[in-house]
Amino acid sequence: MFRNQYDTDVTTWSPAGRLFQVEYAMEAVKQGSAAIGLRSKTHVVLACVNKANSELSSHQKKIFKVDDHIGVAIAGLTADGRVLSRYMRSECINYSFTYESPLPVGRLVVQLADKAQVCTQRSWKRPYGVGLLVAGLDESGAHLYYNCPSGNYFEYQAFAIGSRSQAAKTYLERRFGTFQNSSREDLIKDALFAIRETLQGEKLKSSICTVTVLGVGEPFHILDQETVQGLINAFEMAGEEAPAADQGAAGEEGAAGEVVAAAEEGAAPEEGAATEEGAAPMDI
Amino acid sequence: MQLMDSSHSNPMSLCSQADSQRTLYPYVTGTSVIGVKYKDGILMAADMGGSYGSTLRYKSVERMKPIGKHSLLGASGEISDFQEILHYLDELILYDNMWDDGNSLGPKEVHSYLTRVMYNRRNKFNPLWNSLVLGGVKNGQKYLGTVSMIGVHFEDNHVATGFGNHLARPILRDEWHEDLSFEDGVKLLEKCMRVLLYRDRSAVNKLQIAKITEEGVTISQPYSLKTFWGFSAFQNPTVGAEGSW
Repeated sequence: MFRNQYDTDVTTWSPAGRLFQVEYAMEAVKQGSAAIGLRSKTHVVLACVNKANSELSSHQKKIFKVDDHIGVAIAGLTADGRVLSRYMRSECINYSFTYESPLPVGRLVVQLADKAQVCTQRSWKRPYGVGLLVAGLDESGAHLYYNCPSGNYFEYQAFAIGSRSQAAKTYLERRFGTFQNSSREDLIKDALFAIRETLQGEKLKSSICTVTVLGVGEPFHILDQETVQGLINAFEMAGEEAPAADQGAAGEEGAAGEVVAAAEEGAAPEEGAATEEGAAPMDI
Repeated sequence: MQLMDSSHSNPMSLCSQADSQRTLYPYVTGTSVIGVKYKDGILMAADMGGSYGSTLRYKSVERMKPIGKHSLLGASGEISDFQEILHYLDELILYDNMWDDGNSLGPKEVHSYLTRVMYNRRNKFNPLWNSLVLGGVKNGQKYLGTVSMIGVHFEDNHVATGFGNHLARPILRDEWHEDLSFEDGVKLLEKCMRVLLYRDRSAVNKLQIAKITEEGVTISQPYSLKTFWGFSAFQNPTVGAEGSW
């Protein structure tokens, strides 16, 4: 894990063609608390885990509204994240002022990526130690992007970053096929399930997570704690296990969902994916 | 703000304050532009005259130009300033295209950009001496707006600049209606242009009509309007005032 000789400077290559400082910056992202994002054709949901340092302190803000049609969730050095959010807000508002139109997300993301790249090619700078999940809406629909400290950016249907994000990613990988046509409510529910996966046994409460929604006709906003707790209670009372088909009104998942659920229930016990209700599939 | 005569008299002067310059008056000017919304998009008309004061000096000036994929710009006022604006817009559209990402600036964005440019110049007491008409269609939405040299901007179903405000808009207020056909729109514009030809001394009888729809821009070949001068009052004009001419 420690590659000392070539890692002092971001402008020093290793013989294997790597920039260790950039890779270390990406480690910082992996150490931050989890943030996840998922999108349908018309909506994007961002959610994150908010862990306070101690009982005495408040938790750090990890999701920022950038404009009515763009929001961002961060993982890693929150100070860097705050600075980049401020840059994004500035870009959006300047564009809106000049063109009386919202800045297309795709362009903001490229600008952000180019900004990050600069820090990988100046000896007097360091890379930003934060990964950003950018949720946005433009003429071509809903988008979710991930911006890396390396200056790369990718578009995703769903993604998770930060610590224990692999558990969430696994959940999202199983389910992402349904997201494109998901309803707003199902998307939020999937986000909460994904967040629960990262908690590894801890109880999911609205006080330790933040959920935000953005959609067609719905500006980016944070769901208040009551609403979130209500949603959590609803699916926990129904005893729903994350991968199972939603019994409620989820008509669009229909047969496909049930087939997937059946297959998953077979697989779940073997995976031993650490969820608090690991035993539940057997009951159903 | 100081009035300037020649700015290049002493570029190496020790006192580094540059006298500020300001636009005083336009030199080569175009007259009215009229724009209306119609069923499929926007129709715009402008004559091809470039006046040098009271001389009708240039008679083939194209005062309407397409901008990007979705917009059409018509200008009255100083022609060189119009050319400067086209240069700015050229650069704007170029950078927009270089993103190569499926997004493109629509007429609303171009109109807003022009407003910012015009207003900023006005604040520096160095305006671009133009009145602009910006029309376009994007994603089925029709847009027609105008910006003046001091940055006054608004959108409407029909707009006009210069003399067109006084002579054409009253006609448009009476006779414009939603969903004009192309033929009716052209007839309406020609009616306005004819009045302007009779009554605006800077008008020349060589005009173009431009249309912009979802498909794109078409600017007609130049043509002339028929005029009628056979009024009886023009026969023997000096009857009743013998000796005058």
